[in-house]
Amino acid sequence: MAKINIKPRVRVPRSVKKGDVFEVKTLVFHKMESGQRVNKKTAKKIPRNILNRFVVTYNGKEVLDAVWQPGLSANPYMAFFLVAEESGPLVFTWTDDNKETYKKQVMLKVQ
Amino acid sequence: MHGPHSADLSSSTQNLPRRDVLKMAGAGLAVLTLVPFEASATPESTLAAIKKLIGSKAPKQSRIKINLLDIAENGSTVPMTVHVESPMSEADYVKSVHLFADGNPLPDIGSFNLGPHNGKAQISVRIRLAKTQHIVAVAEMSNGETFIARRKIKITIGGCGG
Repeated sequence: MAKINIKPRVRVPRSVKKGDVFEVKTLVFHKMESGQRVNKKTAKKIPRNILNRFVVTYNGKEVLDAVWQPGLSANPYMAFFLVAEESGPLVFTWTDDNKETYKKQVMLKVQ
Repeated sequence: MHGPHSADLSSSTQNLPRRDVLKMAGAGLAVLTLVPFEASATPESTLAAIKKLIGSKAPKQSRIKINLLDIAENGSTVPMTVHVESPMSEADYVKSVHLFADGNPLPDIGSFNLGPHNGKAQISVRIRLAKTQHIVAVAEMSNGETFIARRKIKITIGGCGG
């Protein structure tokens, strides 16, 4: 299946102090088709297609590994916390049921 | 089908188990569109889903808190936050948090693997809920302990499709 534009949006503080705990907020556009809905015209189930994996790395080290299930809403939002260590990239990777991956990178400034 | 009158149909299905009703629905397109879910999770199947992830441990009811609305008008996006009390140090941290909804077609919401680098064991997500039900959150700690919390939420309009 073709890649769709999930418009990943990530919010981190503009700058953080070393050792601080800060919140990372993420939002993507995705229908998160649950596999439970029925196409009313054909009476067939609409096949499941959700983002099933969300992995975040910070300076190359994995800091969050989430398995997403159909119970998450469409346009999934997720927020979590991190400890500021060194300035560096935060890489967010979403994977859908068709094994398409979507990436977003944000540079974190640590003072 | 049993006859041209819809009243006949409803009375003939009244005493059948839901599964049989669904089998019949396979023949009748109109009924199928009215029943979008094959089945719904139950507190028992949710327990089974929890067991599948954490094994047969008995989780204690403490240290984990679910922050959630009491009543949501629309079940398609319900914000929720889970917080686990933990120092999140190298020696003692929350390994993972699992979320379940015991009245959805599928009980699993997601599993979130954390570590000491998270600093604070708190995650926020938006979930979809088919009907009024309980949300269950289970936390696994680095030392193997498990904690559980359960919270009821009322849903005015379900949000799993259909």
